[in-house]
Amino acid sequence: MSLLSRKTIVIGGGALLLFFLPLVAKLTGQPYLLSLGSRILIYALAAVSLDLLLGYSGMISLGHAAFVGIGAYVVGISQFHSYEATPFLSAPFLLSGSENGLFVLPLAILVAAFAALIIGALCLRTTGMHFIMITLAFAQMLYYFFISLEKYGGDDGLSLYARNSFPGIDLSDDRHFYYLCLTALGLFLLFTCRLVTSRFGLIIRGAGNNDRRLKGLGIRSTSYKLVTFVIAGGGAGLAGALLANQTEYVSPGLMHWTLSGELMVMVLLGGLGTLFGPVLGAAAFLLLEEGLAMYTEHWMVYMGPVLILAVVFAKRGLFGLLAGGNSRDD
Amino acid sequence: MLLVIEQLLNGLQLGITLFLMSAGLTLVFGIMQVINLAHGSFYMIGAYVGATVAAKTGSFLLAIPAALGAAALVGAVVEIVILRHLYKREHLDQVLATFGLIMFFNELTLMIWGRQPLFMDVPGPLAQSIEILPGLPYPVYRLAVIGVGLFVALALWLLFAKTRAGMKIRAGASNRDMIGALGVNINLLYTLVFSLGALLAGLAGVMAGPVLAVQSGMGESILILTFVVIVIGGIGSIRGAVAGALLVGLVDTLGRAFLPVLLRLVLESSAADSLAASLASMAIYILMAAILVWKPRGLFPAHA
Repeated sequence: MSLLSRKTIVIGGGALLLFFLPLVAKLTGQPYLLSLGSRILIYALAAVSLDLLLGYSGMISLGHAAFVGIGAYVVGISQFHSYEATPFLSAPFLLSGSENGLFVLPLAILVAAFAALIIGALCLRTTGMHFIMITLAFAQMLYYFFISLEKYGGDDGLSLYARNSFPGIDLSDDRHFYYLCLTALGLFLLFTCRLVTSRFGLIIRGAGNNDRRLKGLGIRSTSYKLVTFVIAGGGAGLAGALLANQTEYVSPGLMHWTLSGELMVMVLLGGLGTLFGPVLGAAAFLLLEEGLAMYTEHWMVYMGPVLILAVVFAKRGLFGLLAGGNSRDD
Repeated sequence: MLLVIEQLLNGLQLGITLFLMSAGLTLVFGIMQVINLAHGSFYMIGAYVGATVAAKTGSFLLAIPAALGAAALVGAVVEIVILRHLYKREHLDQVLATFGLIMFFNELTLMIWGRQPLFMDVPGPLAQSIEILPGLPYPVYRLAVIGVGLFVALALWLLFAKTRAGMKIRAGASNRDMIGALGVNINLLYTLVFSLGALLAGLAGVMAGPVLAVQSGMGESILILTFVVIVIGGIGSIRGAVAGALLVGLVDTLGRAFLPVLLRLVLESSAADSLAASLASMAIYILMAAILVWKPRGLFPAHA
């Protein structure tokens, strides 16, 4: 691959655009662009993590929003206890609330990853259609669980008093927050990029392509798949924690299966099995939503058929369209 | 004791609705190997068309065939225009395309009927309650729903076990290439099965109309319960659909009714209530997880 292939140009161009977006927002006097940009980055992070499952390892999870929601609730609940000055846990060890991002964001990743470990271990007992339905069912279970948690707002959710604090940066400044999201997405992309090209990545991609042949080669893919599921859950948890900070609000709605579906749509629109495709897909989906919503309140009535057409005709997604033949990483 | 019987009947009624939904969907899964998220939309269409016809004509007897016809027709159109092209594609494509269908149908019903939920009156002669046991009045309408459900279950069994069409459907479920090679018109068979599934969903929808509020998105909550039923029962198995539907209907209803009472025996009341609310809403999913650990392919897998 030459240094200046179409793929490199598309990725580099996208990165430059994202990097200079705050400047553009400032010069054009449209601060709204910044919050839209942050939203795109956060959804992109969740979509990239989902693509690890859908595009690379062939696990069709329809419950990915559960981990986004868990990440968001870690931020929400942690701040709730910090504000009330009550401990979240007093036994077996003391866990008090916190609004320090350096503590809360990693905690969100860990808790979401742990939930993914349990849910994934149960779901991976099945394959195919069962797997789709079971991931969906577990996500709905958590959705109803958080609705029934009266202490943390139940159906109405929790409002945050402020964004998390971070040493050296001020997250209430939208520009600082935007760059935090960009850094999180960049680091996660770097990590997944290394991951999918490693030996581990070869195995999960093999499992996605032909699990039976992999078994024939003497590799039991289940534990590799479970680790992938956990990594994807952690990525989604980070996205959820950032989303809670962006909107300063968490609710069970974040776990609703329509969000899982929308994340899937972003992955497909952008390009399945590519790392940068879902970023493009998230941008396209949110911009299309914004654009259609300007003209009609009923934008979904157009989005639905667009999606069906994209499924039937445009398998390679936007990234494939822009970056050409070798857009897929495998 | 009377309360237990009443709740058992309520659970049975939810189970019947779930059976009507899952019987059609499990066939579509089993025979065409296609995952269809839009099945809840047929339920919603049945409910909306039924409620509209009942409101315009004042006759529930007209509402039922209208709802069934509308659901079956929309089902056939969806199969011919979209799903047919996805049978050979991956599950992911089917999930996404049918997710697009849900978006479309939910928004379309909002455009046609607005955001206000519709309410349907219980048809006249069925509006009262009768005393099924001394001291236990029960709404006739709910009894009628249970009766219709049992009748449909019997009719489906006769269709599958005793008729030639049913034999072809069973053959299609076990080996679709083979029955195509034997000269059965598979395309027609698929359209008919899909349309039958949509019709059953429409029936469930119109019968739920007088009990629930008819609103956009109502199909999705029942769809997810239907998935739980199918996972518990086993994909493609009608017998599994019956067992799973009854199990889910009873566990959900009884859990909501009696968990608070039971937990109050061991905990103080406010803690018991909040724990019971959480547990009751998660009960069927915990049941599903338990069955999955025990039998990953469901209770009655079709291709055992």
